[in-house]
Amino acid sequence: MSTEAALKQTPLFEVYEKYGGKVIDFGGWALPVQFSGILEEHAAVRTEAGLFDVSHMGEVLVVGKDAESYINYLVTNDVTTLEVNQAQYTAMCYPDGGTVDDLLVYKLANQKYLLVINAANIEKDYDWMRQHVKGEVTLQNISDDTAQLAIQGPKAETILQKLTETDLSEIRPFEFAQQVTVSGIANILVSRTGYTGEDGFELYLAADQVAALWEKLLEAGSEEGLKPCGLGARDTLRLEARLALYGQDISSEISPLEAGIGFVVKTKKESDFIAKDVLAAQRKEGVKRKLVGIEVIGRGIPRHGYKVVSEGGDEIGFVTSGTQSPTLKKSIGLALISTEYAVVGTPLKVEIRNKPIEAIVVKAPFYKRG
Amino acid sequence: MTKATANLLYSKEHEWVLQLDGNRVRIGISDFAQEALGDIVFVENPEIDAEISANEAVGTIESVKAVSEIFTPLSGTVVSVNDVLEDAPETINEEPFEAGWLFELEMSNPEELETLMNEDQYQAFTNEGEN
Repeated sequence: MSTEAALKQTPLFEVYEKYGGKVIDFGGWALPVQFSGILEEHAAVRTEAGLFDVSHMGEVLVVGKDAESYINYLVTNDVTTLEVNQAQYTAMCYPDGGTVDDLLVYKLANQKYLLVINAANIEKDYDWMRQHVKGEVTLQNISDDTAQLAIQGPKAETILQKLTETDLSEIRPFEFAQQVTVSGIANILVSRTGYTGEDGFELYLAADQVAALWEKLLEAGSEEGLKPCGLGARDTLRLEARLALYGQDISSEISPLEAGIGFVVKTKKESDFIAKDVLAAQRKEGVKRKLVGIEVIGRGIPRHGYKVVSEGGDEIGFVTSGTQSPTLKKSIGLALISTEYAVVGTPLKVEIRNKPIEAIVVKAPFYKRG
Repeated sequence: MTKATANLLYSKEHEWVLQLDGNRVRIGISDFAQEALGDIVFVENPEIDAEISANEAVGTIESVKAVSEIFTPLSGTVVSVNDVLEDAPETINEEPFEAGWLFELEMSNPEELETLMNEDQYQAFTNEGEN
């Protein structure tokens, strides 16, 4: 108990226990790693639906005449292509091409944007954003006042639709609706986005309303098999879908091009942005190392930090993420390895507890919804 | 607790020990341990004929999230391992005291049994940890 007191809590902390949540220290946050069990929760999201508390995520409002050009200088994707009520996945880089964070940019209105950043990076990102302010913009870190729930899975829309008059079928992927009322709770931003590889929504609302919404959603979804889910399932789901995790697959040491999210790096966008020249050069010359999907064929599970060696025994990289895939029942991972080995079908070895275990480069995502 | 577990001895690393014939013992992990680990997806047991020493890490249990070592509470020679766990590691979650056992040992130093806890002592030990 004494250690938990020092951890940050989301507004839902009190509710976890009621649903059997097992709380762990996740980067300084007291968050549930699981409720009924990671495998059960994982399966619920793939086949029915799951509900996640992701209120630890950070939110920064950017408002002002120069908001668009400022954000466009900060991030690698092209914000000018966004229309109001559209969201975009993007990265923020250091001048050397390493990644400050990966994030979502929501265009709330002309001259008004919401940036959604990783929990562990809130202070670092906010400092970085303030240091690079250009033109007439104001920044506001609203992370503490903002809660976020994610309802994910093939039945997410059916469940959420029961509680709102807003026609959810009109919200396409990476679009959102604002000031939505869900179960009598007003002013919710409902976005068709997620981190699981399934269809679903992320809901942003005032922190003091989230406990009520959590209960309403679980109640509404009980018929469809909606389950409360923890961070454990969130991690296995995102990994099967090959969605990058900051601090593992992408970091200050790993550029977005190396991490295989080159689709968010618009080196051809007209205006300048931080690391544009470095990333353009990486793209032109080709990166020296690349993030690939691997499958371990021998007995063992790849884990973050394990060494990867070639058939000849040379060290060629390391595992960034790995797990036993609950959907595929295979031992899978992502590894950052020398580009010459980054070809599907290449045999490799992963050093698991000092033993080289047979693995192979495979196509990722490992899982794509049908 | 059922009476099936009444004869078991326990280590502080949450292994249980069942005495079989002579110096032979069967070792597994406790219900408390499997509950704490969560869904178990991989088990690496020691090899048959391996000579192992008390408190040594002799294998690995992985849940979806975490890697944990198996510590042997006793010294001896590994005479049998539970092959069921190779394809069905979740057996440990389902039946930690029965079908989910880990390995069997021919003890080289049976006096080490005295270092272990009985069921009541183990219950007290795990309750302590939760406060």
